[in-house]
Amino acid sequence: MSQWLPEDISTYGPDVDRLFYLIYYITGFACIGVLLCMLYFLVKYRHREGRRAIYSHGNNTLEIIWTIVPALVFVMLGFMSRSVWAHIRQTLPETDIRVRVTGKQFNWVMQYPGLDGVLGTADDVKAENSLHVPTGKPVRVILSSEDVIHSFFLPNARLKQDAVPGRDIEVWFEATKPGKYDIPCAELCGFGHGNMLGYLTVHDPASFKAWAAEKKAFPVEGGGA
Amino acid sequence: MTEAAPAHAEAHHEPGFVRKYLFSTDHKMIGKQFLTVSLFMLIIGGGLAMLVRWQLAWPGSVIPGMGWVPEPYMVQGTISPAFYNTAFTMHATIMIFFVVMPILVGCFGNFLIPLMIGARDMAFPVLNMLSFWVALLSGILMLAGFVVPGGHASGGWTSYAPLSAVPAYTGVDWGQNLWCISIIVLGISSLMGSINYITTIINMRAPGMTWFRMPLVIWSLFITAILLLLALPVLTAALGMLLMDRMAGTSFFIPKGGGQPLLWQHLFWFFGHPEVYIMILPAMGIASDLLATFSRKPIFGYKAMAYSMIGIAFLGWIVWGHHMFQSGMSPALGTSFMISTMVIGVPSAIKVFNWLGTLWGGSIRFTTAMLHALAFVSMFLIGGLSGIFMASTPVDIFIHDTYFIVAHIHYVLFGGSLFAIFGGITYWFPKMYGRMMNETLGKIHFFLTFIFFNGTFFPMHILGIGGHMRRIFNPEYYDFLKPLQPVNHFITVNALCLGATQFIFAFNYYYSLYKGKKAEQNPWKANTLEWVAATPPPHGNFDAIPTVFRGPYEYSSPLVTEDWLPQNRDLGPASGLAH
Ligand code: HEM
Ligand SMILES: [Cu+2]
Ligand SMILES: [Cu+2]
Repeated sequence: MSQWLPEDISTYGPDVDRLFYLIYYITGFACIGVLLCMLYFLVKYRHREGRRAIYSHGNNTLEIIWTIVPALVFVMLGFMSRSVWAHIRQTLPETDIRVRVTGKQFNWVMQYPGLDGVLGTADDVKAENSLHVPTGKPVRVILSSEDVIHSFFLPNARLKQDAVPGRDIEVWFEATKPGKYDIPCAELCGFGHGNMLGYLTVHDPASFKAWAAEKKAFPVEGGGA
Repeated sequence: MTEAAPAHAEAHHEPGFVRKYLFSTDHKMIGKQFLTVSLFMLIIGGGLAMLVRWQLAWPGSVIPGMGWVPEPYMVQGTISPAFYNTAFTMHATIMIFFVVMPILVGCFGNFLIPLMIGARDMAFPVLNMLSFWVALLSGILMLAGFVVPGGHASGGWTSYAPLSAVPAYTGVDWGQNLWCISIIVLGISSLMGSINYITTIINMRAPGMTWFRMPLVIWSLFITAILLLLALPVLTAALGMLLMDRMAGTSFFIPKGGGQPLLWQHLFWFFGHPEVYIMILPAMGIASDLLATFSRKPIFGYKAMAYSMIGIAFLGWIVWGHHMFQSGMSPALGTSFMISTMVIGVPSAIKVFNWLGTLWGGSIRFTTAMLHALAFVSMFLIGGLSGIFMASTPVDIFIHDTYFIVAHIHYVLFGGSLFAIFGGITYWFPKMYGRMMNETLGKIHFFLTFIFFNGTFFPMHILGIGGHMRRIFNPEYYDFLKPLQPVNHFITVNALCLGATQFIFAFNYYYSLYKGKKAEQNPWKANTLEWVAATPPPHGNFDAIPTVFRGPYEYSSPLVTEDWLPQNRDLGPASGLAH
């Protein structure tokens, strides 16, 4: 089972995965329980000559139990989800690694702040379809779109967020493992949707510094590593 | 309406061919018309699904037998990316708006409501006839989109703006316009239908048919009609705005002109979530009736069943945002939508447990109809449970817009709604046509469908967990999806078998229509009023309007020696004992 989720390379990924498995076990248990119970009833109470069905309109105690038990489980899941969600989406950690990612039909345009470390100035560095980040530092991605809605998906970092034209949406993640990973688009954006693919390159701090210096994408002394 | 129902129904002269089979105002014929047209649409919608599946398993390869399809749809038998988008868009659109809704609401609603509440016809028979013809017009407009220049709509059945709002973004022009117009027209039809259903159920119940003596199918159709009445106008308004953006230069949804893309999503899902219940509530009603009849038991917790449907309908209006967790909506709102979504899980859980309770202690007959009802319960269970993953906002981050969602949709809509539809057709076929469907063929169809259904859709969960996005033309394009391609092969082989299996149903249906065993008046020994009418019922339904003495599920009542006790049977003073 665990190899089914793609490898996680983010700091909050394990929280998401844990919640996933918790729900997986709860629903799996409920599913198998109900199906077994149903099968048992089907065999035990199959029609046989001479036996009559029990005449019953229900049982209030039972109904109260099976209303309250799922309700409690749902409330519990709601609270546990809420705190993970708040961590991922409601509190953006401070960081000096900020990148603007703009979706357009059918590419991701990455915009790095350049040597002054400030996004939106003349020395910004642009690249298509390649996002470079270091390990061990939160990365803030400012998402927008030029034309239609796209969805920025980092399967390995457990991050997905629509990029909506006319808005800037900020998300973050912190990578833990160097490597090269896919950045597909997860929202239908036209006939090129299925070819819209960028790459996330995660560097260790030293190689990130080298990359940033070479591309002049970040001020190397300040935020580079 | 000028035409008062009773007066119309008393006119017992046999109408001619045109009045009887085409422009009929008889609710039963209108129900059958909806069924016939929808089953035809099922073939188109299913065929499109096969194309989608073929492409996903063997991207870019030639599809055998499709060489005749002209460009730009297919290029020498292969699917282009643009046509791929059209294929899944129209698959979903057709399945939702022209198969599941018209069968559940148009066919079963029309056929069953007057018969089961003991009325002679709908409150407004002419409006009823119009609702069918307007729906047919809508279907023709939708199909016309396939032959206009630029091709048919390709923005997904959700038609998210601005993709759908600016022709240049998809290259589709009239196809998308027709898509909007067709669904606006369909909205008019269902408005007529739902007004009719609500009026009929409120006003025309037979003497003694109190609210809590109504069969659960009727409850479900009543609640569905209210949902339709309130939800579809929202969609109609949104579609009107979308059309204006496309054709009249407005910018409701286009940021360049000051519009808001998320406005479309809010409007769409404010309709779309209740729509999901429109497609499942009648199926729940059908399954409840079938389970009680073939377990020979009263439904377990009848009132809880009715109240939980009402609860689902109410709560259904405040959870639309759970489709938008990753859309850029405020994260705080995400939390409140998550909580309301978790709450709406409770009535669904109640229903599943009550169905189990109905089986408990029963005397279960495994007819084809019952098998479909049992499949409904178990598959709806899986679909409902997979919904919990999406309700949890952090988990939804990962599985949103993946195949996990596609799996979920199909467990609910195919495993749920379509199984209930097959069950309902098999069960009421004798009342509709006066003949029985063949049980052997029915069971073969059932078991193959059940096996291939699970073979097709269960592995889609695995794809989704692996991160496989939905609506992508070529999964082989992504490194992280390469290991999943064998799963795609497996799914497609099962899907093709699943599609082929449906021809058994089609054969059984038409064969039984002409050659099936003649049906008795009440072949299943059921309690509800439709079985009191002759088989098939004449125009006007009943010789005399029945009087109702008890609830619809008095199976195995100790008051009588048989294991069934029809709603209209007068036991004298003893009747008072049962409720
Ligand atoms: C033989 C049976 C069916 C097969 C093989 C099938 C297959 C598919 C596939 C492969 C997709 C996903 C396309 C994509 O996103 O890449 C899809 C989407 C969908 N299908 Fe089906 N389907 C079947 C029956 C049904 C039925 C009975 C319904 C009933 C309403 C239905 C409703 C939908 C919906 C709503 C979508 C969502 C489309 C979207 O939003 O992307 N399907 N189907
Ligand atoms: Cu896309
Ligand atoms: Cu919903």
